[in-house]
Formats: sequence, C-alpha cells, structure tokens
Amino acid sequence: MRSLLIARREFFTAFDSPVGYVILAMFPAMAAALFFVLGPFFLQGEASMRGFFAWIPWLLVVLAPAISMRIWAEERRSGTEELLLTFPFQLRDLVVGKFLGAWAILGVALLFTAGVPITLECLGDLDWGPVLGGYVSAMLLGGASLAVGLFLSALTANQIVAWLLGVTVLMFFNLVGGAATASAMPPGFGRLLLAIDFGEHFHSITRGVIGLGSVAFYFAVMVLFLCANGIVMERRRWS
Amino acid sequence: MSSSTQQSQASMLAAAVPVVSVRGLVKNYGDVQALRGVDFDVPAGSVLGFLGPNGAGKTTAIKILCGYLAADAGSVSVCGLDVATHALEVKRRIGYLPENNPVYTDMRVEDFLRFAARARGLSAAAVRNGIDRVIVQTGLAEVYRRYVGQCSKGFRQRVGLAQALIHDPELLVLDEPTNGLDPLQVVEMRALIRELGLTKTVIITSHVLPEIEALADNVVLIHRGKKIADGPLATIAADFSGGLPVRFSVSCSASQFEQLLATLPAQVVENRRAAFAAAMPNVHAAVVEVDGPSGVAALAEAAHASGYPLLELTPLGGSLEALFQSLRFGGEG
Repeated sequence: MRSLLIARREFFTAFDSPVGYVILAMFPAMAAALFFVLGPFFLQGEASMRGFFAWIPWLLVVLAPAISMRIWAEERRSGTEELLLTFPFQLRDLVVGKFLGAWAILGVALLFTAGVPITLECLGDLDWGPVLGGYVSAMLLGGASLAVGLFLSALTANQIVAWLLGVTVLMFFNLVGGAATASAMPPGFGRLLLAIDFGEHFHSITRGVIGLGSVAFYFAVMVLFLCANGIVMERRRWS
Repeated sequence: MSSSTQQSQASMLAAAVPVVSVRGLVKNYGDVQALRGVDFDVPAGSVLGFLGPNGAGKTTAIKILCGYLAADAGSVSVCGLDVATHALEVKRRIGYLPENNPVYTDMRVEDFLRFAARARGLSAAAVRNGIDRVIVQTGLAEVYRRYVGQCSKGFRQRVGLAQALIHDPELLVLDEPTNGLDPLQVVEMRALIRELGLTKTVIITSHVLPEIEALADNVVLIHRGKKIADGPLATIAADFSGGLPVRFSVSCSASQFEQLLATLPAQVVENRRAAFAAAMPNVHAAVVEVDGPSGVAALAEAAHASGYPLLELTPLGGSLEALFQSLRFGGEG
C-alpha cells in the first residue's frame, strides 16, 4: 500500500509540529469542558455520554479543518508539492494517503478524550455500548469532515484560508438539516436537506442505532470529496 | 575506476538512443505562451545545459519532462517511454531537483532521505544502501540527524541533490541547482555535478552562461518559449560568430583616430574617443565588432600598419556570451 507511506509521513509530521500538539491538547480539553462544565451533566444524575457526543459535530466543525488545512496548502506554499507529484506515486495513493494520515490524527485526538468515559465509569455504571457507538460515529463524521477539509486545502496555498473555508462549509453541512423543518420548505426538498445533514446522521447513530444508511452516507461523502480532491490536483497539471 | 575510463564509457553510451527526446513541446498558461514548440534530444551519458534568460520556458519544459505539468501539445519520452502514458515508469527513472529546492524542513535529514527512497519504491535493503551512498556522495554525514530546516542553505541544497540521487536514477534533472548559493558553495556544487556527469545523463538548467560552460557537453538555448540554438558549446559559438566585440585603444590625434576607424576591417559599435580626452588627449578607444578570432588578428595588423602605438586590444567575452546578453536585455520572454 503506497498510500500508507504518505499517511505515515502526515501522521508523524503532525506530532512534530506545535499545531499538532495544540490540536491534540485542545480537542480533549474542549470536549471535556463542554460536557462537564457547560452541559447538564451534574444535573442529569446519570452516567451517560449523550451530552458529550451532542457537542462532537460542533467540535469537529472547528477541529477537522484545523487538521486538514495544512495538508495540501502547505505542500503547495513550500513547493514540496512538486517533489511529491514527481515521485512515482499514483495520484490516488497521495490523496488516500493524506486522508488516512489525517484520519489517524483525528483518531488520536478522539482517543485522548477517553478520560471522559473512564471518569464516568468511576462515578457510576457506564453503559459502554452507546459509548463505543458514539466513538465509531465520531470517526465516521470526522472522516467525512476531513475529506471536505482536504478538498478545500487543495484549493489554496494558504492554511488560514483553507481553515476558514472548511469551517464555513462544515457549518453549512451541520445546519442544513435545521432548515428542513421550516414551514415554507417544500417537503421533498426538506427531506433532501435532512439527508445531507452531517449531524443528523451522527445523532441517529449515537442514539444507539448504527444505520447502514448513515454509515454509507459518511463513506459516500468521503469518496466524493476525495475524488474531487484528486480532480483538483489533476486539473492543475493542465492549467 | 579512473575518470578517463568513465568518460570513454560515457561517450560510448552517447552513441546509443537518446535518454530524453522532446518533440514539439507546447505549453500555455492562459494567454501566456510558455513553450512554443521546443524539440531537443539528450544523448545517454551526456550533460545537457538548458540555457535561457529567466522566464524563457526552461522550468516549464523541465516540469513537463518530470511529469509535474501536462503539455498542451508535443511529446516527451524518457528512456523510450512517453511521459504522458507511462508517468510512473518515467518518474522512477528520473532524479529531480526542482527549482528553489523544495524539501520538507520539518523532517530530519535521515527521515527525509528515507521517505524519498521509499517514495521511489526501493526495497528495505536498497533504502539503507541508497542512504549510505548519497550521504557519502553529497557529504551529508555531519547534518544527518539534524532537521532539514536547521541546515544551512548549502547543506539543504545537498539534501535536495541527495533525494534526487537516492534511487541511482538513469536521468538526473537539476533546475538551477546553484541558485542562491554563496560563491564557495557554487564551486562545491559544480564539482559535485561534474562528478555525477561522468557516469549519468544530466540535464541542468541555468540562466548564467558560465555555469553551463563549466558543466555541460551540449547546450540547448531557449528564449521566449522557442529553441534558438542547440549543440555543443563550441559549435553554437561558431554559429553566432557574426560579431565578436573587441575593445581597442591607440595613441594618436582625434582626426587620425577617425581615419583609422574608417579603414578598420571591423564595424564600430561604440566610439569612446572622448572617454580619456581630459587626462590623456592622445588616447582614443573604441569598441568594434569583428568576425571571430581571425578578425581580432586582422584588427591588430591594421593598427600596426597605421603606425600608431597600440595600447589595448581586448576581446569582450565569447560571441555566445554576447548573444546571450543581447537576449537578456532584449526583454524577458
């Protein structure tokens, strides 16, 4: 698997950079703070992580583009893109490799939030089924968000622009379902909006039902944006 | 192996098929025509100097050759393989040092070289051997464990060259390899390239003629996206032997100097009669153009025949240099 070579480089580079450490420190800290401090955890009186996972889509709106912003934009800014594209890689090895590397970084960031369920287990009797389901769906949602972020990173040589675009587009995909129930919305269009809402699929999984449709949706988003990413790269050779 | 046997081997290889063959290469960036039908060959074992002013299209041609950009028309083949249809096979055979030497500054030298070696698809053993070889070849031992970003510009350039050599490629492509180095580093880098040129086919681009003169067997001169000369340096110089500028100076009166200029077997480019007028009223200088080295001799004879003391007779650089200068000042293409 040639793409694993790329994935490994992305992964370890992230842990060699201050941005990587900030992401890995911020994400668990923010997740825990939102859950324990701002959420109703201490009022609800039960050892459940539902409140924790409710925040995850919004955290990912900020975090996923923070991971992906550097990945293509920095290659382009520093010129190393030329090196990478003249090494004997298939374009799909590069695109998939970059994606897997980013996904692994997100996985570590999520792993660092393990303190939350462990704390709950100490405080009360935690049902681990929904917790694992929640983490799986967080990875799926995160993967889709990263694919969007990577595509946007490939459009610019500026990391900040890539991040801002990522936050904006992911915000759209997380809010679009909310418009579905507006009274003026034609029902068919409303259903479509609901179907493409990132958070809607996430919550349906964290409710305990890992619906095949939702899993397929996230994978479809990943494939779609990774293909778009590849097309952007290929088109640039012709410009 | 001595360098002379290496050289004879290289010249034997040169008789075989060209390693690189470029035909009718066209590339446009929007409305800008970067390449307007460029053809050239690079014989095996030779060093090709790709020369042109900045913006002439050198780097564009190199980027197409290495598979980074796609051509709008024309073809490039490397070792008989078309770049457009056999991109991976071609990329495996090329060691490429892009312009401005992009390297991953956030990696250690050893990690970067290992990554480059694996990226070229080398086996674990070949990766180790390759790293050991290029560390010696490019003299990187003392910075091996340092971050690339912490290396001096000279060492960073060697790291770039090392990644291009790690898989022992058939073709080495170096885009402006000495750009931005200090004079000592330029000398070192040229020595290294000259050594590599003994055993490998090399394409080296430059916008300075002395670099090409120092390193290349053959030259392709391009300007505004078109090839204007091609061949061994000496042949090109002969082709452009129309005007070899010579500065000469004699001691005589102003009117005598005018008369002398009129009878010279050369064309007057610049009459500097007034230049020394205040300090030395009898010294007169002019820049004239003659037809190559024989013209210089004729000029000396004419000056001698006139009987005025000849004070200076200096050919001003080769004719290729003169041509190249005129291209450079004729506008960026």
